[in-house]
Amino acid sequence: MAGKTLYDKLWDDHVVRQEEDGTALIYIDRQLLHEVTSPQAFEGLRLAHRKPWRVDANLATCDHNVPTTALKGGAETIDDPVSRIQVQTLGMNTREFGITEFGMGDPRQGIVHVVGPEEGMTLPGTTVVCGDSHTATHGALGALAHGIGTSEVEHVLATQCLLQKKMKNMLVKVDGQLKPGVTPKDVVLAIIGKIGTAGGTGYAIEFGGQVFKDMSVEGRMTVCNMAIEGGARVGLVGVDEKTVEYVKGRPFAPKGEKWDQAVEAWKELHSDDDAVFDRVVELDGDSIEPQVSWGTSPEMVLDVNGIVPDPEKEADPVKATSIRNALRYMGLQAGMAIKDIPVEYVFIGSCTNSRIEDLRAAAEVLKGKKVSDKVELAIAVPGSGLVKQQAEEEGLDKVFVEAGFEWRNPGCSMCLAMNSDRLPSGKHCASTSNRNFEGRQGAGGRTHLVSPQMAAAAAVAGHFVDVRDFA
Amino acid sequence: MDKFKKLTAIVAPLDRANVDTDAIIPKQFLKSIKRTGFGPNLFDEWRYEDVGQPDSDNSGRPLRKEFVLNQPRYQGAKILLTRENFGCGSSREHAPWALKDYGFDVIISPSFADIFFNNSFKNGILPIILDEKTVDDLFNEVFAAEGYELTVDLDAQQIIKPNGDMIAFEVDSFRRHCLLNGLDDIGLTLQYQDDIKAYEDNRKATKPWLYA
Ligand code: SF4
Repeated sequence: MAGKTLYDKLWDDHVVRQEEDGTALIYIDRQLLHEVTSPQAFEGLRLAHRKPWRVDANLATCDHNVPTTALKGGAETIDDPVSRIQVQTLGMNTREFGITEFGMGDPRQGIVHVVGPEEGMTLPGTTVVCGDSHTATHGALGALAHGIGTSEVEHVLATQCLLQKKMKNMLVKVDGQLKPGVTPKDVVLAIIGKIGTAGGTGYAIEFGGQVFKDMSVEGRMTVCNMAIEGGARVGLVGVDEKTVEYVKGRPFAPKGEKWDQAVEAWKELHSDDDAVFDRVVELDGDSIEPQVSWGTSPEMVLDVNGIVPDPEKEADPVKATSIRNALRYMGLQAGMAIKDIPVEYVFIGSCTNSRIEDLRAAAEVLKGKKVSDKVELAIAVPGSGLVKQQAEEEGLDKVFVEAGFEWRNPGCSMCLAMNSDRLPSGKHCASTSNRNFEGRQGAGGRTHLVSPQMAAAAAVAGHFVDVRDFA
Repeated sequence: MDKFKKLTAIVAPLDRANVDTDAIIPKQFLKSIKRTGFGPNLFDEWRYEDVGQPDSDNSGRPLRKEFVLNQPRYQGAKILLTRENFGCGSSREHAPWALKDYGFDVIISPSFADIFFNNSFKNGILPIILDEKTVDDLFNEVFAAEGYELTVDLDAQQIIKPNGDMIAFEVDSFRRHCLLNGLDDIGLTLQYQDDIKAYEDNRKATKPWLYA
């Protein structure tokens, strides 16, 4: 019999009941909650007179609606009434049901996908769900993690289980060694550029090969975070010593004897050598260049030295139309160099790239430089209060501020513009976030997805540049 | 979810086809953090003269008197009679939430949009499909007699008219079971709570680090 993939192992370990039609009742070890997708779930519990099955399996924080400009108080100080009510409701619900919440003003508050791993809530070998599609992030720790809808949030609260069908296995293998200046973000953008935004639909993607072995755990999170942009609800990286080292000592991580038992068990959390994948995609790590998205879908991405595509040269009429539409929305001409695209806004943040390594990397580029006059606003938004603290201890905030960035408080911010951080219509933004859909960062806004280094370099130049030519 | 009981109630005739989810509950109400409280905004644009907002006080808003739900004779209706393709449009669960919150337990129509049909069962509403002729007859009878009531017996899968005539209807046996026993998806899963507990006990024993 063939060996098992990591996904197979995680799945098998969580089946409570298997139905004949292939659906299974899957046990959920951890649920993360935030203010946008949880209120109706809590209300459903209340209406049905139900209690959470296991209170300590849940952790909540507010992120989507939280203002990132300085605030003196808690949720009551949010100006926008709709945002304020959502954030306050999360506080009331978690208090009523006894769930731990990191609310506004708590130094541990932050983007849910930054907070989970940071707190050791996400552990190798667990199932992790959250009412948010970027839950794939947590797979970087060898956890089976995916986004769910509000009805399912309620289902997990009440039963600690979900009804699921097993996905297929895909391996994305990137061997070789990344060139200097090429980051995890570039790797995942290159992968999406290759497989397309629906390439992973129906699959759990495991990222394997030398490049991911060499990558830091935070880098792996950046990669798994965007698995959903390639259509896969689940992204995974096998557990190794780096994973164990990352988890060690975190507040919710096991301690003492339990820690030793856990580490022993986690050694199994990788695909067997003879495991069979339904689909394998290979990329050469040595040939990946820094990436910049030019269009309105994450697959519309190019090397920084690339040229904006020409719809007339596209044989497939459907693709030609989508290129044409994207060019019109983005205000770009076919044939222009990526490096000639002006950058008016810069956003460093989001659950993709707001961890300490991301901020360090951007600050490294910015040190001793100034943001271009052509840039109207550049903001750096740490992923959590603890990331912010760490960055300030290292003096990174000063680097950002001296360069001309605004140093903000943690939250989702301009990733989706549910708070007041919005990209104005028609403006081009170098953004370290994960989605460049029309209107994502603000109605009419033009998003270009890049790494933190590339965003920092673009901020200084006022247009896209190859961070490697940039001294 | 409450158990679906045999019900005798006034019928409100909504004489329109292709009633979409935007008409059932306009999009400005989706920002709400609740799944209850949508009842006053059910069919908001048809019901009121002005445009409703999530925080409006609905009690003082000017009503469109001719709209069916505003007519005195249909107050207290729990059965909605309507034309084909009811509930088309988006997948928003707010549509059945609004109908349920208003007080409707049964919707009778020649056809329903798929997602809405599923969402109705999930929220304790019984959608009944009858042929066009039967629906048409019911419209005529409702219009003709003030205080017209129907009895809906889900267990027997029958509708009983005021004159004693019966109309049989079909409903998937699994869904019927769920409604009669008040089982939503969560209720169904909780039928297996012994399995979940057994799994959990085993997990605590073999992977104690996952538990505090
Ligand atoms: S940072 Fe962006 S992608 Fe991540 S959870 Fe927040 S809104 Fe979603």
